[in-house]
Amino acid sequence: MNAEFAGSQYLIEVIYLVASALFILSLKWMSSPKTARHGILAGEIGMVLAIGGTLLHHGIVDYKWIIIALVLGSGIGIPLGMVQMTAVPQRTALSHAFGALCVTLVGSAEFYLQTPHIPKFTMSVLAMEVILGGLTFTGSLIAAGKLQEVLPQRPITYKGQNIVNLALLAVAIALAVYLVIHPEAKQYFPAIVGIALVFGVFLVIPIGGADMPTVISLLNSYAGLSAAAMGFVLNSKLLIIAGALDGSSGLILSVIMCKAMNRSFTNVLFGAFGQVQTSAAAGQEARSVRSATPEEAAAILAAANKVVVVPGYGMAVAQAQHKVRELYDVLTKKSVEVRFAIHPVAGRMPGHMNVLLAEADIPYDRLIEMDDINGDFPQTDVALVIGANDVTNPAARTDQSSPIFGMPILDVDKAHTVMVIKRSMNPGFAGIDNPLYYLDNNLMLFGDAKQFVGSIVKELGGH
Amino acid sequence: MPSNLIDALFVFMLAAFIGFEVIRHVSPLLHTPLMSLTNALDAIAVVGAIVLVGERKAPYATVLGVIAIVAATSNVVGGFFITDRMLRMFKSSRPAKAEGTKS
Repeated sequence: MNAEFAGSQYLIEVIYLVASALFILSLKWMSSPKTARHGILAGEIGMVLAIGGTLLHHGIVDYKWIIIALVLGSGIGIPLGMVQMTAVPQRTALSHAFGALCVTLVGSAEFYLQTPHIPKFTMSVLAMEVILGGLTFTGSLIAAGKLQEVLPQRPITYKGQNIVNLALLAVAIALAVYLVIHPEAKQYFPAIVGIALVFGVFLVIPIGGADMPTVISLLNSYAGLSAAAMGFVLNSKLLIIAGALDGSSGLILSVIMCKAMNRSFTNVLFGAFGQVQTSAAAGQEARSVRSATPEEAAAILAAANKVVVVPGYGMAVAQAQHKVRELYDVLTKKSVEVRFAIHPVAGRMPGHMNVLLAEADIPYDRLIEMDDINGDFPQTDVALVIGANDVTNPAARTDQSSPIFGMPILDVDKAHTVMVIKRSMNPGFAGIDNPLYYLDNNLMLFGDAKQFVGSIVKELGGH
Repeated sequence: MPSNLIDALFVFMLAAFIGFEVIRHVSPLLHTPLMSLTNALDAIAVVGAIVLVGERKAPYATVLGVIAIVAATSNVVGGFFITDRMLRMFKSSRPAKAEGTKS
C-alpha cells in the first residue's frame, strides 16, 4: 500500500464520517415540523458527500456504467417523488422493495466474487443480507400491489399456512448454515435467494389492508437491517450506521402500530386479522339506526362550539380531504372550534392522515393525537367520523368477545352527538359490527364522503 | 478481520441506540415523512453498488451492480423529493406559538 493510495482511503473515510453525522442530524431534526426541512437538507448533503466520496475509491476503473445507472435511477426517482399524497403508502412499499433489491443484488454479486474463500462471519452476514433483502423485496412488492389494489386487499389464507412459511424459512436458514461451513457449495446459494423471495410473498399475502401500517413499518425495519448486514459484508461503517438507523426507525414504528392495535408482532404476521369471522354481526337483530340529511347535519354543526373530526382510510379513498378543508374553513369562520383526532393506525401507513390533511392545507396544530384528545370528547359537541370505523368502535372497550377488544380507540361515543359518514351499514374491513352506530347520540350520514361533506359545506354557505 | 468485526459490531450497537433515541422523539405527525426520509438514507447502499460496478471484476457483477445502482438511486432521488414535498405542506395556523397547542 503506497502513501497516496492510503491518503485517498483516509479522505473517503473522513467523508463517510461526516455523512454519518449528517444522517443522524437529519433524523434528529425530524422531531419537529419546524426543523424537519433542515433535516432533509442535512440528509441530502450527506448523501451527495457519500456518493461523491465513493467515486474517489481507488478500485474504481470504469465510470461509464456508474454514471449511466445514476442517471437512469434519478430518472425513475423523480416520478416516484411526484406521486399523489394518497398514493404515498404504495410508493413507500415500492421504495422498500427497491432498497431491498439493491442490497440483495450486491450481496449475490459479492458471494460469487468471493466464493469459495469466504470467512465464516462474512458468509453468515451475507446470508442474512440476502435472506432479509429477498423477503423484503417480494414482500414489499406484494404490499405495494395490495395498496395499489392491483392485488386483492383481503387476506389470502389457507390451512397450514404458518407451518409452510416457517418451514420455508427454516430451510433457507439451514442452507445458509451449510454454506457458512462449506462456502464452496455455491449451488445452494440461488436456492437461499429463491426461498427468501418466495417467503416474502407468502409472508405478506395473508395480511389485510388494515394491518398495512404495521407491515410497512416492519418491512422498513427489515430493509434497514439488510443494509446493515451489507455494511458488515463490505466492512462499511457508513452502511452499518445508515442501516441501523433505518432498522431502528422501522422497529419503533412497528411497535407503535402494534400497540395502537393491541396486537403482537406474531399476531400481525401470523394472525390473518381479516379472517376472524365473528358471528356477532350476523346474530344482531335489526337494531334501529338514526340517519340525517346534509341539511340536518349542517344545522347541528353550525350550532356546535367544539367539533372533532375523525378521519380514516375511507376519507383517503373518497379523496374527501379537500372538502373537509372547506368544512374546516366555513366552521372556523362561524367561530366553531374544529380539531382533528388522529388514531395512530388510521390509514394505510404511520402518519398517513396527517399528510393527507396537511396536503389539504389544514394547519398541523389542529391535528391531535389520540392520547391527547380522548379526554376532550365528553366536552365535544359533535364528533364527525369520516371514513373511520374500527378505531371508533366502543366494543374495543366493553365487549370482551370482540376481536378488537383492548385496542385503544378514539372515544367518539362520549361526545354529545356523533355523526358518521358512511356509504352503507356494511361492517368495516375487519367485518366487525360497530355498536357505535346504534347509540342514541349517533346519527348516520349515508353517502359518499366527498359529496356529503360538500353538501354540508353548501348548506353552511361555504360554496 | 476479527478486530474489524468487533469494531463493526460496536458501531452497529451504538448506531442502533442513537436511532432509537432520536426516532422516539419524532412527532407522530411526521411519521410518514420520517419513513420516506429513512428510506432515502437507507439507499446509501448505493455506495456498495458503485464500487461493485466500478471495479469491473466480472460481467455478472457489473450487471447486478448497475441494476442495484438504478434501484437505490431512484430511492435517493424519489425519497428526498417526496419527503420535501410532504414537509412543505405542514403549516401551522399560529406560527408564533404553534408549540403550545397540546392542552
